[in-house]
This record gives sequence, C-alpha cells and structure tokens, in this order.
Amino acid sequence: MSVFNQSRRRVIQLIILGMITLIICRLFYLQVVEKKYAKLADANAVLRKVVYPSRGIIYDRKNRSILSNDVLYDLVVTPASVKNIDTAYLCNILSIDKEEFKKRIVTAIIKNGRVRQSVFAPLLAPEIFGQLQESMYLFQPGFELVPRQIRAYPYPAAANILGYIAEISPAMLKDTANYSSYNSGDYIGFTGLERTYESVLMGQRGISYLIKDNLNRPQGAYENGEFDSAAIAGKNLRLSLDIDLQMLGEKLMKGKSGSIVAIDPQTGGILAMVSGPSFDPNLLTGPYRSANFNKLYLDTTKPLFNRAIQATYPPGSTFKPMIALVGLDEGVITPSFGYPCYGAYYGCTRPIKCEHHDPGHAANLRLALSHSCNAYFSHVFRLSVDAAKFGGIRVGGMQKWADYMNSFGFGHRIGVDIPSEGRGLVPDKKYYDARYKGSWNSCTSVFLGIGQGELLLTPLQMANAMCIVANRGSYYIPHFVSSIDNDDTHLLDKYKEKHDVAHITDTAYSAVIHGMTDVVESGTGRVAQIDGITIGGKTGTAENYGIVNGVRTKLKNHAVFVAFAPAEKARIAIAVIVENSGFGAKYAAPIASLMMEQYLKDSISTKRQPLMKSVMETVTIDAAMLAKSHLDSLNKNAVIKKKTP
Amino acid sequence: MNRAQTKLTQGIDWPIVGLYLALVIIGILSIFAAEYRGEDNIWQDIIHPSKNYSRQIIWFGVSIVLASIIWLTDSKFFTATANLAYLGGILLLLLVLGIGKDVKGSHSWLVIGGFQFQPAELTKLCTNLALAKYLSSQETDFTKLRSRLIAAAIALVPAGIIILQDETGLALVYFSLFLVMYREGLPGILLVIAFSAIVLVLSALLVDKTVLFSIFTIITALVIYFSRREIKRKRSRLAVILGVYAFCGLFVMFVVPFVFTKVLKDYQVRRIEVMLGKENDPKATYNTRQSMIAIGSGGIWGKGYLKGTQTRYDFVPEQSTDFIFCTVGEDFGFVGSLIFLGIYVALLFRIIFIAERQRSTFTRVYAYGVASIIFFHLAINISMTIGLAPVIGIPLPLVSYGGSSLMTFTMLIFILLRLDADRQMVLR
Repeated sequence: MSVFNQSRRRVIQLIILGMITLIICRLFYLQVVEKKYAKLADANAVLRKVVYPSRGIIYDRKNRSILSNDVLYDLVVTPASVKNIDTAYLCNILSIDKEEFKKRIVTAIIKNGRVRQSVFAPLLAPEIFGQLQESMYLFQPGFELVPRQIRAYPYPAAANILGYIAEISPAMLKDTANYSSYNSGDYIGFTGLERTYESVLMGQRGISYLIKDNLNRPQGAYENGEFDSAAIAGKNLRLSLDIDLQMLGEKLMKGKSGSIVAIDPQTGGILAMVSGPSFDPNLLTGPYRSANFNKLYLDTTKPLFNRAIQATYPPGSTFKPMIALVGLDEGVITPSFGYPCYGAYYGCTRPIKCEHHDPGHAANLRLALSHSCNAYFSHVFRLSVDAAKFGGIRVGGMQKWADYMNSFGFGHRIGVDIPSEGRGLVPDKKYYDARYKGSWNSCTSVFLGIGQGELLLTPLQMANAMCIVANRGSYYIPHFVSSIDNDDTHLLDKYKEKHDVAHITDTAYSAVIHGMTDVVESGTGRVAQIDGITIGGKTGTAENYGIVNGVRTKLKNHAVFVAFAPAEKARIAIAVIVENSGFGAKYAAPIASLMMEQYLKDSISTKRQPLMKSVMETVTIDAAMLAKSHLDSLNKNAVIKKKTP
Repeated sequence: MNRAQTKLTQGIDWPIVGLYLALVIIGILSIFAAEYRGEDNIWQDIIHPSKNYSRQIIWFGVSIVLASIIWLTDSKFFTATANLAYLGGILLLLLVLGIGKDVKGSHSWLVIGGFQFQPAELTKLCTNLALAKYLSSQETDFTKLRSRLIAAAIALVPAGIIILQDETGLALVYFSLFLVMYREGLPGILLVIAFSAIVLVLSALLVDKTVLFSIFTIITALVIYFSRREIKRKRSRLAVILGVYAFCGLFVMFVVPFVFTKVLKDYQVRRIEVMLGKENDPKATYNTRQSMIAIGSGGIWGKGYLKGTQTRYDFVPEQSTDFIFCTVGEDFGFVGSLIFLGIYVALLFRIIFIAERQRSTFTRVYAYGVASIIFFHLAINISMTIGLAPVIGIPLPLVSYGGSSLMTFTMLIFILLRLDADRQMVLR
C-alpha cells in the first residue's frame, strides 16, 4: 500500500514548494518591487527635527547689544501620557478652567495625535514658569517644559526701528515664491530691521534626524547623524545707532507727537530715529505680544506709526537752504545776491509776509538765511523755475526744480533699511498741469520757496537734506546697519555709494552754512547753542491744514528744526518735528540741541539739565487724545521680569 | 572515549541536526535584534534572564537536555507509550480548560512554579504519535471509511478542545495532519474539495453575492451545454451538476455568512477582513501593516543585522513571538529571506526523505506528521506577516520566542531522529 502511495510524496513536496513560491512572490513584491515600504519605514522611525538657529543679535555703534535672544518656556503635552495628574492644580497654575483644559487637550489630539507633543500653553510668563517648574514632577510625563527662543530688547527703546518677529501668517505661507523655506509656526520679522534683514538674521535652520520608537520617543541619532545638518546661527548686525542717544530722544519726545532723525553725514549712518510717542519694544515679545499689539494698534497716539519715515510734513522755513542750493547750482543767484524786502513779497497777487522790515536784512544770501526772509526765497524760487535757459516754468523750469528735489532725496523713498518708508510729495510740472489744467505760473507754486504749499517731506528726508548741506553737496542713503558680521550679501552696497547732488563752489556753500550758523549764533535758533561747538541750524514753523469735520482747517503749526554740527566738519545732522506745538525755536530747537550735545559730548552739561527736564515734561499732544491713550501704563508694565530657570 | 562517542551518535541524521541548530540560533539572534538597545549590557542580561533572548537561550539549553534524553531513549518506548501520551495530552487539555490561566485572550496556559506552559503545543506531539500508532497498527485498513474517520477523530479531538480554549490558531495546526492521511491513502478528491472550499469562502467574502451567483449560474449553464451528450446518455450527471450548483449557492449565500456572524468571534472576522483588504480601520490593520512595512523596507539586501529601524523600536507588536520573521525580512532583505526559507524547505524535504526511507509505517507517518506540522506553522506564520493570511497567533517553528514551542518542536524532531536511527527495525 505504501508503495502505491509513494507518488503522493511528490504531491506533498509540490504543495510545500507551491506555498513557498507564493510566499517568495509576495516577498519579492514587498521587498523588491514596491518601494513605498522603505519610505513608510522612515516615516515610522525617523523623526525629522528642525533645529532652530539662534537669531542674529543687533548691536549699536558702541557694541552694546540692543536686540538679543532670551529663552521662554512652552508647556507641551503628550495626550496619551496624561494620566493621574492633579488637573485642578495645573489649571490653577495656568489660570484656566477644566473646560479650557479639556478643550486644549482635544485640540492637541486633533492637531498632532495622541502620542505626539503639542503646545499646551505657549511662552509661559516667568512667574507661571516658576510655579510650574517647582511642581513639574506632578504632571510628568504627560507634560513637559520645552525651551523656546524669543527676542529680548535690553533697552526699552528703538521699537519701531528694530521691529518685531511673529509667527508667519497663513497668507505668507501660501506665497511660496518668497516664503518657501518657512514652515507653519516659524517666526519671521514683521517690521523694522527684523524684516529688512530677515534673510541675514534668521540664520539657517538645521535638521537632525532621530530614530524614534513606536511611541515617538527619540532613541538616538539616525545613522549616527550622517544626514544631519547643523543649524547656522543668524548673523549679527552692527548699527550706526547710538542707543543712549536714541533713549534720550525718546524721553525728550515723551508727551509729544513728532519725530527726531539724526544722521552721521559722513557715512549716512542713522544715529537716532525717534517717533514720538514711543513704546517699549518688549511689549511685542513674549507671552503678551498679540494682546499688547492690539492695544498699541488701537491707541489714540498711534505709537506703531513710525512718524520718522511714514509721516510727511511741510518743512516750512527749514527748506530755505535747499532753495538757495538750487538757485546757486543753476546760477540764477550768487552768494552776494540781495533782495530788497520791506516786510513782504509783492511779486505775486497776494503778498507773502516776512518777519523783518528793514531792507538790509536780505542784502545777501547769508543774511537772508539767518533772517529767514520769506521775500528773498520766494524771489529766488521764482528765479530758479522761471530761468530762461529752461524755457520758462511750464516748459522745463518747474521740472528741473523738481528733479533737483528728487536728487536731494525728496518726493520718493530714499531707501532707508527699514520698511514702510513714505515718499513725501514734490510737486512737478505734471502735478500742476493736472491740477491747474495748464493755466499756472511761478506764482502758483511760489509757496514752495518758503517750504509750504504742496510740499511734504518725511523727517528722514529733512535730516538727509541737512547731510547734503553739511557735506557740501553729497549724501549717503541713510541707513542703520553699518556692517553685518561675516557678510557675504550685497545688502549694504547701496549704502556705501556717495550721491553727488549739487555742484556748487565752496564759497557758495560757505554762504549757506554761515547763514545757518548765524541762525544759531544770533538768529531764531539761539536756544540751540552748545558751548564750544559751531552749529548750523534752521528753525521752521510749518503751517498745516487738516480736514476737520469735512472742512479744510488750519491746525496748530508744527515746530521744525534742522541742524548739523560741528559746522566745520559735521558729525551729526538732525531734523526735529514736534507736531501741532507752535514755533520751531521753542519746541524743536532745544530737542535738536540736546541730542547733538549728547552725541558730540556724550552727556548733557549741568547747565542744560533744567532745559532737558523741562523739555521732557512738556506735553504737546492734545489733552483729549492723551486721556484716551493707554501708552504710558503699557510702557510701565512692559519690562519682562527675567527669572533664569 | 572516542569510540564510545561514535557509538553514541551512531545513526543520527546530521543534516537535520545542522538545520535544527541553524534555525534555533537564527531565532535567538532575531529575538536579540528585536530587543537589543544600544545601551544594554549584554552579559548582564544573559546572566539575569530578564530579556526574552536570554530566556530563549535558557530554553535552548533545556531543549538540548531534552533532546539528549530522547536520543538515549529506546525507540520502542515511543510506540509503546503513544496512546498513553495521547490520553495524557487530552487530559492535560481538559485540565487547562478547568484551571488554565488567561494570557492575551486565550485560556490555554498552565502556570507551574512561575513558568507558563501551553499544553496545546505539547499535544501536537502526542497526537502525532497517536496517529502514527493507529495508522501503523496491523488492524487498521486505511482504505476503509471507518479507519479514516477514527484517524480524523484522533487529529480533531484535541483541536476541538483547543478551540474551546480560544486558541483557534493552534487548533488549526491539527488540520495539517490530513496531509499525512493523504499520504497514507486518503482520496485525492478531498484535497480538491478542501481547496475548492477555500476558494468558495474567499469569493463569498470578496465578491458581491448576486455577481457570484450569476457567475455560478453561467458556469453551470456552460458545463451543462458542453456535456449535453453525456447527460443524454446518463441522466444522473445532470443531477450531480445541479447538486454541486445548489450546494455552492447555499454555501455562499447561507453557510459562509452564518459562520461569519454566528460562529467566528468578532476579532477573527476582522482579522480575516484585514487580510482580504476589506477592513481599513488603522487599528485593526496595525499589526499587519507594521509588519509589512518592516519586511518591505528591508529591500533586496536588508538593512544589516541590528540596523533595522522597525523591528528594533517596537513598531511591530508581538515582535519576538509571532512576528519574528520581520526581523529577518528587515535586517537581511529579500536575499536573506530566501536563504531563511531555503533552510526550512531543506528541513522539510529532508524529513520527507527520511520518512520515505522507513521500513515501519509508524516512523513514516510520524515523520510526515512532523513535516506537516512544521510546514503548516511556517506557511501560516510567514503568510500572516506579509499580509497573505489573517493574523493567527501561531509561532514560527524553532525561531519564535517561547519555551513551550521550542521544546515541542525539539521533541518532535529528536524523536524522529531517534526513530530514524532505528529504521532497520519494524516499529509498531
């Protein structure tokens, strides 16, 4: 019988081989043909962890760090590991209720699943962190504290210059052309230098690959870190800004709307840029950023509005040196040119009043400048635009003058290295043609000669104009960053380029400069005097109009003062505007003077301390507006109480 | 000394011993790979058996002692005690039913002095011995239906008790003994019927019922059409064809749904659905999915020993026991898996070769039994790791972690070696 069935041995062997063949085919498919399993395995077991670089630090001109990094802690949760904890106690520390607790856990589960970490409470305030840290053992392993870098501002100043960082917005993420390297949750510079130099400051993110187990617990480096790329820290910026000067400026502008811009004419480096009233930059970092942002955004004094580059003002009399430069460069006047003014300019239909009546006060350019003769500069302006060689004002004269203004940096963005710069307004031929439909002449635009009319400048442009005068015809684009550590970009190239804008003899410049030093020596700007330093300055009282209840109304004048010092070889050029305050000499000149003294002498002399104090205490903002503002209380509470873990 | 030793090992089939050792060592290394973490102190773990691989080493030691004892036992002992062993095995199974301990949802464990022991493993040996004893007895005429039913009963009684213990996977193993009976003369048509039944069950689960019914009808119509002459000659043919048609229809429409809703447990139904790709619940498919990822990610050459990321970091559940093949698949890839399967095929073919060189039916039946049991374990275990079979918790012979399993297979193989060494004797 067994002999009979021996053939069945083959059948059984065939069954075995058949089954094994089936298994081998399947294995061949799984291991050789199908490639997805290798990827799935990596997705399973390799944790791709982004290593954030520390953001670049920003230093002022004396190498003091004015924007650095600090560490705050996030409370993160792994929902699956939350077991047997005192929920009530945790809620108590975080000041949330049980509903909120449950809601956050559910959100975390939806967002990242039960076994992955999600942020439960971001950027813990130091006092909460302290409390949590002491009792953390009660909440582990479900909860952990994870350090996170935030920006820290060691000085409570320069908020609008430095800017802030915030989580990248969904809209930006969609803009893959510009933000392809960012992930949701990344921080990005939103304003100020943080924004302009984002590419330099952010550094390069590193990636480390970690082996993880089935519960996502890291088990060590993947392939000994062979595929890791280290994070490269952001590059540090070194500014021309002087933080002491900046802080002084912000204190001086307390209670005032307006702006101070101080530039080093020899380099174009900005020494201080104040927009009053100012806020503490620490308000926009850490746990309360968005709450504070909303308060600042809604505040009646508009502290987020950087008046130094965004607001535009008529320059008033401070514009007269520029009128002179154009006249001199075109050759329509010489420094000895005089104009017989008897108290007003009668060249056009409506007389333009002048403060002085004796005819000798405008006998030459220097005198006309120091006395701020309206008639003289109205006349010079008309001479410039009506000059025969340009074929009259409507042919080329007006446009030529506007071109001068553009080359001085007016009427367009000058190119400072923080965003949102305003253009200002320089009316040109096209502007008048459109507005007056071809029927206009130099009398239509004669108010430009005294810095009024349609002309609007930003404080930055005004300060830059002083650089041009102080430098005798040239300027560098004003900028904050004087160098980037290990720079390999060309971001700063345009700031190293000298712009020559007028080609006037040194004697002609001397006339303008002497006219301006006379202003401070003996003219309207005497309050600006500093012992031992010759200052060139020009006061201005800018008339301004606003729409009040739909009617164009004349508002209180802006006080303007522009200056440079020392006059022989200027190291600082400055423009100060105090909105709706009154005479330039009264409100703006002392501020400019104190700023220059601080910068040139490193301190304010005892003699001038009372002046400084009284300026600081002066309030020019409308009382009704100030009453609704919360800026002061915000600034007082801004300081983050640092507590090292 | 030397002579004594030669005498002692005389007649031993070295190829089997070699293959046996190869598999056990691969097993220990695989368990090690599944558990080892970089910071572990290997020597300490081996001395203090806190890890599965160190325990498996101890079980290996015990198995060698067991193998030696078996080798020193007289062959006649096994034939003489076969029925007794079977009886003991059945009693043990019933005992477990009474005082057993639940481990992972199955009521099949005995706890003796801290050690867990699964009698269902051991009864494979007893049943195999009993079946060999019955088929080799002179009174048995295997062409008779009565003998066939008795043989089937011998195999299926333990299976029934084991099903009661909720250890369905192990119970299925006993069905592999039909392969032995087939070798001993069970009609071939049974294999065809069994195969057809599997196809029917699968199609009933996979294909829509009306579609399936239409297919049956079309096939039947075609068969009737092509065999119309035969039917004219012999009317009963038509009855047979229609009978088969009716049976298939009833089977698909009623029997399969009934079994799936009333007989099988929920988790068993789900596992089968997972295997067929009908169930996509990530929880239900997790084991198979992770196991397939582990094996699939091995590629052609594998990631290298201890380099696997899936098997080492607990992604695959039951890594050391049921899913031990994942380690081989991931660390050694397709090529390694081929070699690994090759070792098993060599073992199986060697056992069949041994079976066919026996003079005594007892040893032959026993040998085929060993081959069938190993083959069934191998086929189901590996199929389940690569998504070809539902997840049935049966170990990979000699490789999976577990003392009961390792000792049972050691005994199965070494009793065969003992019997084979005495192949010139006629054992009954």
